[in-house]
Amino acid sequence: MIRTLLKSLREYGKSAVLTMLVMTGEVLMETLIPYTMAQLIDQGFAEGNLPFIVKTGLVLVLYALVSMAFGSLGSLLGARAGTGFAKNLRGDMYHRIQAFSFANIDRFSTSSIITRLTTDVTNVQNAFTMSIRMAVRTPMTLIFSIVMTTFISWKFAVVTALAVPVLITAFVILGRKVFPIFMRVFKKYDRLNADVQENVRGIRVVKSFVRETYEEDKFRKTSGEIYSDFVTAERIMAWLNPVMMGTSYIMMLAIAFIGAYLIVGKDATTVSIMGETVTTGLLNSALSYTMQILMSCMGLSMVVIMIIMSRESMRRICEILKEEPAIRNPEDPVMEVADGSITFKDVNFRYSESAERNSLEDVDLEIPSGATVGIIGSTGSSKTTLVQLIPRLYDVSEGQVSVGHVDVRAYDLKTLRDAVSMVLQKNLLFAGTIRENLRWGNEHATDEEIREACRLAACDEFIANMPDGYDTFIEQGGSNVSGGQRQRLCIARALLKKPKVLILDDSTSAVDTATDARIRKSFREVIPETTKLIIAQRIASVREADMIIVMDNGRVIDVGDHDALMGRCAVYREVYDSQVKGGDGDAA
Amino acid sequence: MRHEQSEPVLTSVERRYGSSEHSKELQRRGAVGRGARGMRMAGQKLDVGVLKRAVAYLFRYKARCALAVVCMLVNAGVSVVAARFIGTLIDDYIAPMAAGAVDVPVLLSYILRLAAVFAVGVAAMFINSRSFAKVTQGILRDIRNDMFAHMETLPVRYFDSNTFGDIMSHYTNDTDTLRQLISQTIPNMFSAAVSMTATLVTMLLTSVWLTLFVIVFIVLMTMVTTRIGGASGRYFVAQQRKLGALNGFIEEMINGQKVVKVFNHEEKAMEEFDEANESLFGAARKANAFGALMGPIMNNMGHLQYVLIAVLGAMFVSLGLQNLTITGIAALTLGNVVAFLQLSRNFTQTVNNIAQQMSAIVMAMAGAKRVFDLMDEAPEVNEGAVTLVNSTEEDGVIRESEARTGTWAWKVRIGGETVYIPLKGDVRMSHVDFGYVPEKEVLHDITLYAEPGQKVAFVGATGAGKTTITNLINRFYDIQNGDITYDGIPVRDIRKEDLRRSLGMVLQDVNLFSGTIRENIRYGKLEATDEEVEAAAKLANAHDFITRLPEGYDTVIDGSGSSLSQGQRQLISIARAAIADPPVMILDEATSSIDTRTEAIVQRGMDSLMEGRTVFVIAHRLSTVRNADVIMVLEHGTIIERGTHDQLIAAKGKYYRLYTGAFELE
Repeated sequence: MIRTLLKSLREYGKSAVLTMLVMTGEVLMETLIPYTMAQLIDQGFAEGNLPFIVKTGLVLVLYALVSMAFGSLGSLLGARAGTGFAKNLRGDMYHRIQAFSFANIDRFSTSSIITRLTTDVTNVQNAFTMSIRMAVRTPMTLIFSIVMTTFISWKFAVVTALAVPVLITAFVILGRKVFPIFMRVFKKYDRLNADVQENVRGIRVVKSFVRETYEEDKFRKTSGEIYSDFVTAERIMAWLNPVMMGTSYIMMLAIAFIGAYLIVGKDATTVSIMGETVTTGLLNSALSYTMQILMSCMGLSMVVIMIIMSRESMRRICEILKEEPAIRNPEDPVMEVADGSITFKDVNFRYSESAERNSLEDVDLEIPSGATVGIIGSTGSSKTTLVQLIPRLYDVSEGQVSVGHVDVRAYDLKTLRDAVSMVLQKNLLFAGTIRENLRWGNEHATDEEIREACRLAACDEFIANMPDGYDTFIEQGGSNVSGGQRQRLCIARALLKKPKVLILDDSTSAVDTATDARIRKSFREVIPETTKLIIAQRIASVREADMIIVMDNGRVIDVGDHDALMGRCAVYREVYDSQVKGGDGDAA
Repeated sequence: MRHEQSEPVLTSVERRYGSSEHSKELQRRGAVGRGARGMRMAGQKLDVGVLKRAVAYLFRYKARCALAVVCMLVNAGVSVVAARFIGTLIDDYIAPMAAGAVDVPVLLSYILRLAAVFAVGVAAMFINSRSFAKVTQGILRDIRNDMFAHMETLPVRYFDSNTFGDIMSHYTNDTDTLRQLISQTIPNMFSAAVSMTATLVTMLLTSVWLTLFVIVFIVLMTMVTTRIGGASGRYFVAQQRKLGALNGFIEEMINGQKVVKVFNHEEKAMEEFDEANESLFGAARKANAFGALMGPIMNNMGHLQYVLIAVLGAMFVSLGLQNLTITGIAALTLGNVVAFLQLSRNFTQTVNNIAQQMSAIVMAMAGAKRVFDLMDEAPEVNEGAVTLVNSTEEDGVIRESEARTGTWAWKVRIGGETVYIPLKGDVRMSHVDFGYVPEKEVLHDITLYAEPGQKVAFVGATGAGKTTITNLINRFYDIQNGDITYDGIPVRDIRKEDLRRSLGMVLQDVNLFSGTIRENIRYGKLEATDEEVEAAAKLANAHDFITRLPEGYDTVIDGSGSSLSQGQRQLISIARAAIADPPVMILDEATSSIDTRTEAIVQRGMDSLMEGRTVFVIAHRLSTVRNADVIMVLEHGTIIERGTHDQLIAAKGKYYRLYTGAFELE
């Protein structure tokens, strides 16, 4: 997993390695400084030797400056490596996602992809930056401090060496106990947040049923549970600091005792026992090394915690990076679509291999180029599924779909999708001007072409009435145009591709019937050679089509024109009756 | 370290997403990670009022807080002993031992005594952490509960005028910063202050001159750190802005990923993304670098200070300068200088510590302020005194009843007398004007009446004011001019709880709550039996599909009800309204996303719900209003046509044109 992620490091790998090297330098300086300070005190102050003090002082200043330089350099390099890594991760994921087919997107769901690109990257970036700074720094401090302690006296080293496993054991035990509690609390947190969310979104329901107190009680219960879980967890964690401090005190006392023993030899300041010399200054610095060792143990555990905490994020990012696009360009692809004819031959389709039943079953269709085709059926009858196979947004499970008499799987994807233009049911505009949005259809479209497409889609009028015309800024999600306007803009955008096949998936549901009719009329007159597939709820939208496909439960149950279907298709008649009786604007 | 003054060039992504509300919401929600805190920090000042209120929460746990203070003092004392122990060890034990004046057992007993002191310190620390856990978590719980309880009292206006993300962030980000403030920052500051004072006094006892030097040095250090802090703050703001823009882009583009695919827009999307990503990297790198610089610079300035004092002190001694202490003038010895060195080091570290905590405090204060701001929002006005009571009627005289009788009456006090008016469901509006903001009136001179059992329908384009009218009857909003009465009583005089209990609502955005289907239906009447729940579900046409679910009525749904279809959710919400059985219903029916066959089922549910009640219905499909007693056609907040279906069709006006599909409704 980590190896997959590290592949994204690329040009910042050097910075990362340098950060670690520079950090080692800084640690070296930081280890030398207490030792030199000890010398300053031992030899300078004990003997009142001013020149020595000045000289050692200068050395110390040098050390400090070098340490500062290393430290600052490390900060710069570390920041570069960390943020660069995040940039590459984001970029790699985003590029990968662009290669995803609809099936891949469905598998992840958009909200989870967004979380991976945002929050998860931030988490991994933080863990990575911390790791390259700390991962080298803390073990190095540990090693250097142990070396220096040994240098002062191996007995001190033994004491510290004994303390390290004690501390690590304590961390592990506490961590094991607390981790499950924290996981539980996080789940409850989610529930608490869900409670608040439901109340904020549903405040009208809460207020109209006068359930304020009821909701308050519910909330209190959850927040009470969080309280008691957290208290339990924190009470376990309360052992951490005392254990740390306790260990360090014991170490101090042990070192002091041993030290005193060592020092008290022949004279008050130095002593030599078994070839070891210890001074008061050194005793002092031995103690500060002890503290450093403890601190680095703490630091190490922090790094481990950070990595564990970001493990979930890492896993989620890896999933994206490792996901294989379900649809790829064929080798030696067909680069031109001959015409707009469409054939479905024995098509079966399921969204996933594990699906219990086919979403499309046994579909055979023959649609001549230039035909206008209506598709009718209730929710869940797989109308959308059917048309999504044409621009190869999904691949058939069995059978074959052809456009222009060539299997869609043989085409170059871009060629196919440029020839088959589709207006999705969930039609979206993006932040930017109307012109920018329309140019999605054709980047190099001239203003004249844009106007022409808008005339066809009956949106020229309302655009002309907008303050900035084609330069009117569309807010995110297209929130500043009405539903009907948005649908018409999406149709214009699709038309700009000058497609051979145009698919409208319930794309005029919010457009009034008169305008709807006008759009259909101009389709007939202006783009007669384009095959038009229209999914609709309203019978009126498909009534005049050359052929109407009636779908039910994943099957094509009938194909024919309006009159033929009225004569023989019960489902079609039922839909027709419900709309005419219901007076859906069509009775007249 | 000069920062760039010129306005940086914006990428196309930043231009489009940079300033949008949306990216701000993302930041609040915490999607951008910890950096967001740095951003809020900029320009915030310490607010004493906020601090006081935060401390007031601490005071709810007086005993534990007192215990914490004691423990911290004990701990501070122990650390002073710990800091001084080497000196004592050398002066009082090692030196005398060397001189043969003291024995090993004496040393041992000293070490054991120390061990006892340290044990007390560790114990104090342990007791403190364990006991304080209840304080921090307790305060958090209190704040959450208080916040939520208060939020429930706020008027609908508050929820309409604040973004969802904004309200949510009170419970997430803001509470989280507050937690840090209470559990870490305040205790740390307290113990830092204690040890700083102790150290300062000891330093002054050793040498005033050297102490002054230390203070000058610290001022210098603060100046340097403020500079770095300022630069890093600026870059953090830039980083947050770019991150917000990129996240906004990501959110929109990923949501529209299928459109991207259909239009072969992948290349272009990657290009734009890369550009924005690169630009974010530039800012993030600087922000992080400056943030990380603080540590090494502070640390090593501390080392420099150490050296300077050592040299200065040694010079003092060798030149034999007079030393001033707060207790008088005495000679400065080398031993004094060595002791001072250690003290000054501790002192500087503590100051650095506090400096770093300061930024945390400022950030937490900002969070706390937002929390308290929510708690300070004015609750709904509820001055009505008329209440709804169970009633019995004997010989034309209505009496109040303790038991649930199934009939209700309004209890009105006029003068000293109590009058009971039976609940019927007669709603009238006369000459009502209303605007969400005073400057912009959205309803003009609305007059209408609905007698008990009548069905009033509103028809009109989005934004014509249909929903607004229904918001006034139950007093989600209060009117500026005119009168609204319920059974002849001005709604302003009715206690809000009772008014709303007498009005049922089915809204177009179906909001269900996490829990079982049974619980969701029972929401309308908490004491309802299982039979009543099922009866309501049957009435709403929901019983069939519910029993077909694997767990039936005990199927757990989450708030968004993602496991159910739109139509099924609507049916549950109809059952929920049905079980409450109010005399007046407001139906804002949204069936645009439901196909016609499902709609027919929902419609049947709605129809049975309407029977025998006064109903206000906002119709999206005109088929549902045909049999209304009166249809109001609204345009720009004015009723432009009114009458029955046949009358309006005959009039060949707006309604006729809507009905024949010549206009867009949505």
